[in-house]
Amino acid sequence: MNALTKPANAQDARRAARDHILAPRLETPFHPRLAALDQVNDWYNWAGYKAPHAVFDEELEYFAIRSTAALFDISPMVKYRISGPDAERYLNRLTLRDVRKLGIGRVHYTAWCDDHGHVLDDGTLFRLGEQEFRLCCQERHLPWLLDSDFGLAVDIREETDEIAGLALQGPTSFAVLAAAGFAGADRLKPFDIGNFPHDGGPGCSSVTISRTGFTGDLGYELFVPRAAALSLWDRLWDAGGEHGIRAIGYSALNRTRIEAGFIVANADFVTAEAALRADRVRLPDEIGLDWLVDPNKPHFNGRRAILDARRNQTLKHILVGLEIEGNIPAEHAIVYHRGKREAGLVTAATWSPTAKRNIAIASLERPYGTTFTDDLWVEIYAMRELKYQKMMKRAKIVPRPFVKLARRTATPPGLR
Amino acid sequence: MTSSEPMKAPSATAPHAYDAIVIGAGHNGLAAAAKLGRSGRRVLVLEAANAPGGAARGREFAPGFRSAGLAHLVNRLDPEVARDLGLSLAARPGPAMPTAVLDGEREPAVLRGAYGEAIDGVTAEEAAAFSRLRDKLVFQAGILKRFLRRPPPQLGAIGIGDISTLAAAGFGLIRKGRAEGRDFLRMLLMNVADVADEYLEDDRLKALLAFDATLGIHLGPRSPTSLLGLYYRLTGEVAGKAGGQFIPEGGMAAVAPAFVRAAESAGVTIRCGARVGRILADRGSTRGVILSDGTELTAPVVVSAIHPQATFLHLVDPVETGTGFLRSIRHVRSAGNVAKLDLALSRMPNFDGLSGRDHAGRIVIARSMSHVEDAFNPAKYGEFSPDPVMEIVLPSLADATLAPDGACTLSALIQYAPYRLKMGWESGKPAFLRIVLDILERHAPGIGDTIVAADLATPADIETEYNLPGGHWHHGELQADQLLINRPTGAASGYTTPIEGLYLASAGAHPGGGISGLAGWNAARHILAGDRR
Amino acid sequence: MQRYDVLVVGGGHNGLVTACYLQRAGLKVAVLEKNGWVGGAATSRELTPGFLYSNCSYVCSLFRPEIMRDLELPRHGLQVVAYEGGAVLTRDGDYLASYRDHDSHRREFARYSKRDAEAYERYARDVTRQCRFIQPLLMRTAPDPFGFRPRDIAEFVYLAKKFGEFSASEMAETLRFWTMSISDFLDEYFETDVIKAYLAISGIIGTALGPMSPGTAYVLLHHYMGEVDGSVGAWGYARGGMGAVTQALASSFIASGGTIRTDAPVAKIFSRGGRTTGVVLENGEEIRANLVVSNADVKRTFLKLVDEADLPEDFVHRVKHFKMRGSSGKVNIALDSLPEFPALPKGSSCIRGDLHFTDTIERMERAYDDWKAGRWSADPMLDAMIPTTLDPTMTSPGKHFMSCFVQYCPPKVEGRDWTDADRTAFAETVVGQIADYSPGFRDRIVHMEVRTPRELEAEVGLTEGNIFQGELTFDQLLFNRPVPGYAQYRSPIAGLYICGSSTHPGGGVMGAPGRNAAMEILRDLKRSPEKMSNAHDVI
Repeated sequence: MNALTKPANAQDARRAARDHILAPRLETPFHPRLAALDQVNDWYNWAGYKAPHAVFDEELEYFAIRSTAALFDISPMVKYRISGPDAERYLNRLTLRDVRKLGIGRVHYTAWCDDHGHVLDDGTLFRLGEQEFRLCCQERHLPWLLDSDFGLAVDIREETDEIAGLALQGPTSFAVLAAAGFAGADRLKPFDIGNFPHDGGPGCSSVTISRTGFTGDLGYELFVPRAAALSLWDRLWDAGGEHGIRAIGYSALNRTRIEAGFIVANADFVTAEAALRADRVRLPDEIGLDWLVDPNKPHFNGRRAILDARRNQTLKHILVGLEIEGNIPAEHAIVYHRGKREAGLVTAATWSPTAKRNIAIASLERPYGTTFTDDLWVEIYAMRELKYQKMMKRAKIVPRPFVKLARRTATPPGLR
Repeated sequence: MTSSEPMKAPSATAPHAYDAIVIGAGHNGLAAAAKLGRSGRRVLVLEAANAPGGAARGREFAPGFRSAGLAHLVNRLDPEVARDLGLSLAARPGPAMPTAVLDGEREPAVLRGAYGEAIDGVTAEEAAAFSRLRDKLVFQAGILKRFLRRPPPQLGAIGIGDISTLAAAGFGLIRKGRAEGRDFLRMLLMNVADVADEYLEDDRLKALLAFDATLGIHLGPRSPTSLLGLYYRLTGEVAGKAGGQFIPEGGMAAVAPAFVRAAESAGVTIRCGARVGRILADRGSTRGVILSDGTELTAPVVVSAIHPQATFLHLVDPVETGTGFLRSIRHVRSAGNVAKLDLALSRMPNFDGLSGRDHAGRIVIARSMSHVEDAFNPAKYGEFSPDPVMEIVLPSLADATLAPDGACTLSALIQYAPYRLKMGWESGKPAFLRIVLDILERHAPGIGDTIVAADLATPADIETEYNLPGGHWHHGELQADQLLINRPTGAASGYTTPIEGLYLASAGAHPGGGISGLAGWNAARHILAGDRR
Repeated sequence: MQRYDVLVVGGGHNGLVTACYLQRAGLKVAVLEKNGWVGGAATSRELTPGFLYSNCSYVCSLFRPEIMRDLELPRHGLQVVAYEGGAVLTRDGDYLASYRDHDSHRREFARYSKRDAEAYERYARDVTRQCRFIQPLLMRTAPDPFGFRPRDIAEFVYLAKKFGEFSASEMAETLRFWTMSISDFLDEYFETDVIKAYLAISGIIGTALGPMSPGTAYVLLHHYMGEVDGSVGAWGYARGGMGAVTQALASSFIASGGTIRTDAPVAKIFSRGGRTTGVVLENGEEIRANLVVSNADVKRTFLKLVDEADLPEDFVHRVKHFKMRGSSGKVNIALDSLPEFPALPKGSSCIRGDLHFTDTIERMERAYDDWKAGRWSADPMLDAMIPTTLDPTMTSPGKHFMSCFVQYCPPKVEGRDWTDADRTAFAETVVGQIADYSPGFRDRIVHMEVRTPRELEAEVGLTEGNIFQGELTFDQLLFNRPVPGYAQYRSPIAGLYICGSSTHPGGGVMGAPGRNAAMEILRDLKRSPEKMSNAHDVI
């Protein structure tokens, strides 16, 4: 049992929380600043929090990411603190990649599966110390994480509400950090983590910065205790003024993540715990995560099922990048082979302003995408003044990412 | 060894000292070992205790008084297993062991034959009604029995054997006519109380059915599916007759040695005092075990004939199995409800109304189905029955070596005594013992004065003594949701486990507990046939 | 004398559903109802001036939308409104609420356990998966495993295919689910007593089983299969009370040319040479018809209305042993103002849902132990609801009506008949429990109607007061309901059919038995049921 599931003063804590129903949508720690900047009042529900689709203009927000610096509030992202003598063994059994190879102060992208090898979620794993990790993801997994700790000396704590997170992304993001006085941030290589002094009031003297992001651009993610959120925002905002810093919403971010070829749980694939239908679950190899699977590391959840599926060639789906002719985004379009045989579904699509191409991520049913890779078409219905314009567009399988930027990995990072 | 090939016969260059290691020298472990040994495999059995036998292991519970272990009679030894393994366990010639039901008021109802083919103490009509019901239940149990001698079907990979068993069961039903077939599907998951009420009038007979259906199971007679327990009992047979029971020649103490002899004559090595500390597993397959003294023993096949929870929660490194699998193993309901009482008596007790000869039979104290149901109610809330029901045997009548000359032993299985007792067994045990002794005194006046020693084993004691999590002799509740493809849990049903080379062979596997030898024997046959996976 | 093609005995919701479908198929149908009103157990009645009571059934979410649509019930006045939430009030002065908003629901559960709050998602998914398998069976006749007719075999093939959509591990789960107790099932997901208690309620409502009885996980499904406009699992309430359902049915029936005769209690159903010929009313009037459909429960139909000599002996034997054990009572309370529950937060929507006061499964099971011993529960499990919070039109503004479904309540008290003193004592147990959580509750009571199984049997005609017309245990489900070999709405007498909840798929204001029965009758008449829409795809 975890300390968090049964607090010592359970009854008091329980009573104190009674009025949550009076505010069914929570505000993130940055909400005062976001609300002040917000012009379009376009909020959505992100895991129970108010989050902006757009702050002032989706299109312009996209360009903030790709040409200056964008601030995106990632506080609602689910965060777990995992610590203890067996934390490494625990995470190695839980996730696909070899956690022994993850150095202290490093982050890696990973995914985890159930016993049948079906993906439960993907996320980033931060190694904060020898026995100290943070796991960030889209969905909630507390029961699964707690059930995985049987027989292991490990402590699992959800810290979503306690830790505020900000993504600072774009070509001038490093310039913003430098101007804000985060000395030494230039030494952060991609997937590095650093702690930097920050006077965030009582109990907060530093901010954790990782060189990570969801945009495929140069960028950072910053984490502080909830109480220090606004001081961090202000520090960045004040320093970023001359570097074109803008606050953005999810719509713009989503376009850049498609360009970067990243997938989103329960958008590009259905997570194993959410799937009602037996054929909706996915093995890592079926959603392009085969590279995370390390057969040589110690045992992990789903190992046998994944390796069996490879050996017996029973993989049913494949995730591909598509480049589609024309410029109409093909969101949720059906993919056809030779224009008639259904081959799969587009899960995410956008016009890429950076690549100047019409791009999409699609889930195809093998052998489409493996044996049959040519002569693919997508059927797009474009609503034009209350009339669907139906079109068949040729699609070509292309490697992801669709947009590859040298500045993402350059160390030291550029200032512009 | 890869899982796709049948287990190879030993070769001169085998890298392992053994072809198979069996953990636990209970009767199922020994049956599995014997079956494997007879095919020429080199088999090592590791037993933590200093003597083999598991729950059939005898012990001295008072100076000069011995108990033969948990079970005090045999009622489901599978004849095919016995024949195949050469088990020398036979009922003594003569009339079958009777069952007497005592309600403390009327004369006892005494069932003779295997399961009441003749009944003393009830009306002729009632005996005839019982007979009709017994025939129906035995017929239905016979249909189910076909599924006990083979591994449960693997859903998604139904084999020819599964289909032919199903077809045979279906044919068996149809042969008896539509009405019987329909009745079977109607009754299968019923409670024993409604069935008994439909056929019988006599409370003692109904009480006996209720008792037999629920003994060792956390259900009351009115709980849906409780009839399954009675079916399970009636799948057992003695000398070809369903529902019988016997104490073998030489008493229950002869049971463990018989299995040991069967194993040893198959060339099996049995090492006692050898506690397994870990089952070696790496990336989904096993290669042997490490003893708690650090000795490493390797073999391509490891057969765990101990409780599935003891296997996966204690012996296998948790990171070597899946989270979902461990979750389901932890969810196996395995909290025992039966306490075992061993009494050392200075002379033979005299149960009211029971003839001297019938003292050598099985004595059941249960007044009515409500008595059993009322005894069950407190168990749901972690309380023991203030008025429990029980089954009594006087073991020293069959095996005089168990007690000094002129003295006697009494063994009782008492229900309900929940493993998780709210008040704790430390203070609960003396209180419960007092209740039980009072009941005995009522039915056998004067017995109290003859008690030399009383040894009450609660489920908590049984857990410790026999390494049985929850102290459950079936190694997990024998209820509909924990049977067949769900015994002990979906991913480890059919004897294979998520760890290649590691097999389950205890009562926690299909078909369940009781001294039948089937779980071990089936597991061994499955291993020899080659894992189909 | 008026001649009809079909006589429907009993104007409950299933009888009316069958009547509607048959009348619309071109038959001349008359419904014969013993009371002065139709509705059976789905009624709204003014028992005290100014208050309309749903005095029997109280939830309208199981009612099949296909039927509402086929029979144009909305046009005849039926409107179903979803509950807004619900709450269990706990003995320590707190409560556990249920909210429609997903995140609020999670946060509410998280007040007790973060783990349970998230485990609820997996639980809901697993239950929904089971629903996906079972729901299509509701609107189909159960195949007879020993029928050996092509139709039965085809139906088994269909079911096998349906089951085949599951993965092997899901199949194993399904077998487990169908045989587990709701208590054991919930133990696999949750650690908090009150959460388990809240979710267990659906596993026992209407049954003579406790939450620890195997098979109650299935009963949960039976209640979970309801939907309100596609929102599966939601509980709903009919505007105007449950009588609105049967009034709409009656109106639809009459509009299509059907005849309803109230105050027309049927005394006997006649048959000659194994074929039904009609009925005789208690006043001696004979009405002839070649087809008779009984909406009465199976015991009332075959042990009271039909001459036993006309039936095979083994059939009668099985009917006699069909389990119809009343296990619930109902207390309907008219209130002059909205009761206060100080524990609930001001402005919370949970008051507009079901209210419970049983915060552990143990209390529920102990309540069941009382029933087993032949007593009403000393600490009963209430499913209370103040429908006037959703539908203020049922009484004058500011006044309220509270419906309390009470479990457990035996058909006989320790083997003897109920007395009025028993009934008063029983009501006091119920009111006492509510008053513990609602100060001043007693003072608000204007009128109270107390219904034990005795009243349910006397007025509605439900044998032993069993609201499902027969227990929902395995031996009485699917092809076993009500009698193996007679589970397809037919009886041993040609032309006599049964359409009540004693038949597959069982009780609740669902309408499926009535519709399925109509389908079988039309099949026998070789008429195509063209006005019957296919079962909706689910989830």
